[in-house]
Amino acid sequence: MIATCPIPISDYPHITLAHGGGGRLTHMLIEQMFVPAFANVALETLHDGAILDVSGARVAFSTDSFVVHPIFFPGGDIGSLAVHGTVNDLAMCGARPLALSSALILEEGLPMQDLWRIVQSMQDAARAVGVPIVTGDTKVVDRGKGDGVFINTAGIGIIPAHARVAPTRAQVGDVILISGAIAEHGIAIMSVREGLEFETQLQSDSAPLHDIVARVLEAAGEQVHVLRDPTRGGVASALNEIAARARVGIRLNEAQIPLADAVRGACEILGLDPLYVANEGKFIAIVAREAAEQVLATLRAHPLGKDAAIIGEVVAEHPGKVYLRSRIGGLRVVDLLSGEQLPRIC
Amino acid sequence: MKYIDEYRNEADAQKVLAVIRRTVTRPWTLMEICGGQTHTLIKFGIDRLLPEQITLVHGPGCPVCVTPLELIDKAIAIARRPDVIFTSFGDMLRVPGSHDDLLSVKARGGDVRMVYSPLDAVKLAQKHPDKQVVFFAVGFETTAPGNAMAVWQARQLGLQNFSILCSHVLVPPAMEAILSSPMNRVQGFLAAGHVCTVMGYWEYEPIAAKYRVPIVVTGFEPLDLLQGILMTVQQLESGRAQVENQYTRAVRREGNVAAQKLVAQVFEVTDRKWRGIGEIPRSGYRLRDEFAAFDAEKRFDVGALIVQESSLCIAGEILQGLKKPPACVAFGKQCTPEHPLGAPMVSPEGACAAYYQYAVSSIQYSD
Repeated sequence: MIATCPIPISDYPHITLAHGGGGRLTHMLIEQMFVPAFANVALETLHDGAILDVSGARVAFSTDSFVVHPIFFPGGDIGSLAVHGTVNDLAMCGARPLALSSALILEEGLPMQDLWRIVQSMQDAARAVGVPIVTGDTKVVDRGKGDGVFINTAGIGIIPAHARVAPTRAQVGDVILISGAIAEHGIAIMSVREGLEFETQLQSDSAPLHDIVARVLEAAGEQVHVLRDPTRGGVASALNEIAARARVGIRLNEAQIPLADAVRGACEILGLDPLYVANEGKFIAIVAREAAEQVLATLRAHPLGKDAAIIGEVVAEHPGKVYLRSRIGGLRVVDLLSGEQLPRIC
Repeated sequence: MKYIDEYRNEADAQKVLAVIRRTVTRPWTLMEICGGQTHTLIKFGIDRLLPEQITLVHGPGCPVCVTPLELIDKAIAIARRPDVIFTSFGDMLRVPGSHDDLLSVKARGGDVRMVYSPLDAVKLAQKHPDKQVVFFAVGFETTAPGNAMAVWQARQLGLQNFSILCSHVLVPPAMEAILSSPMNRVQGFLAAGHVCTVMGYWEYEPIAAKYRVPIVVTGFEPLDLLQGILMTVQQLESGRAQVENQYTRAVRREGNVAAQKLVAQVFEVTDRKWRGIGEIPRSGYRLRDEFAAFDAEKRFDVGALIVQESSLCIAGEILQGLKKPPACVAFGKQCTPEHPLGAPMVSPEGACAAYYQYAVSSIQYSD
């Protein structure tokens, strides 16, 4: 048993929001507290889900909690997001989703009509994916002790024989693709937060990725080395994790990264770097160079991948680090952020 | 995207870089005033594309960096009060005070909120008449009109529950402080484009003449900076010391006169302490007496605060361009964005954070 708290109390006597931002502090919690405390082989791969051997079948198992505010936002709501999030985590293991659970934590006073909207939205999303919600749980907390509704979903899926996806499989020479324009979910949410509202036609990109991932795996099989959905912390954090896990360098080309004008404009005004903004319907694929063009064509043939692009490569230099060639040709590091991005003063 | 893409064009950037290389014949040290400019220089890797004769040192133009420690401690003390909603721009929330930062106050139950505009804080005050809403009004001339407008509106609305904690600073006195220091090594300035959008650049003309130093009003996109650097170097190489305007699409000599008028109605010039640098005469704004009712320092008595700076942090030397961040013994070791010892490690505009976040250091990369 570990007797003392592994996070130096002098640094962080309390949990701050930055511990949930998907950046360096989130990693510190995972690596210094959770992984040592729960130590086991399946956990230590630090994938989007665990991969378990069940009587010879490879089963992916994943869980995710959703605390999004506001609960209804342009392009989705907490219900559809909770289904897509776990479906996508399973897809990033290469798995075909089989079943989901749904645990609701409701705050006293939540309008019944809102709950009904959320439940319908979950069912619509699950039906569209073709995966049933087979078990669940409900808890209610005192008014003021929750934010309307929190949802946890977990899911299991079966990994087909031709899929062999893991963060450690990124190899020098591999090509990095993204399935579409980045940062849309984070900016859409921000545009409707109290105090930060701005007018935009932007919608969250929240979408289930199981089908487009299945097509990519059918097309390129084991040549697909890594899949990752860059949710909280964005593309930058996801690639940093992969670079660290696989001990390789990653090099991006800024000019090739797809970005909608509305998102780019919002990021410029708010002083945010879109590389760190969340996505809920995009994924990164790291594939063998020979398969890159075929994977790109497969992505672009799918409705969720029309803006797919090759954005970088895996290199031998600077292992563990992500570098970016800027639009004007300069080079910079793309590091993990400490917590969430803070908008600048001017 | 218009106004973005044409200023981030690689072929154009290479052309300007080629002219800079042809123009430079000996070493020159330039200072970019504004933290936003530092951010662009490092983020786009411009520092590494320039010929080695040009040294860029990073100026004091990071508002969160120069806000005095006492004031941050005061903000924290006010934010802790149960009757207060404390509002601030985002990057002020993580700046370390003597013992704490505003985000930790929030984590322990304080009502600390990030806003994008001081006018949003005025709206909060209207919405929560039972609470005192305080806005942390920091920044250079750029944010002064917005903050003046917030106070003006609060008075028009007759709000009794709105106040600002004011720490406004001004660029020209800081430039003079740097130039008159015996340790100064700055030979030319890239003046802060957005400050000049508000204030114009006529104030810089006597400085250029008195200290024989070229000053080029410069924008924030990569090509703006490259052009600003070129214009400064051309002046230095030809022995000129004038004020020139690179950022013509936003800046006029007289500036935004309506904004200046509003600022002058609400604020008056005062001596200000700058964190890491010390007191500079007539280098900031305070609320005029007729707006004293909106001064949070007068509204809240927080008692005597014991202020303590980190003994390792060399923020003062960084902000005056005397040293670069990697020269600090604590850089990247005791001092990181997760655990900043000084303000320049906090804001993306802070030179230390820009280096920590973006700068390619020891690793050579073949392109």
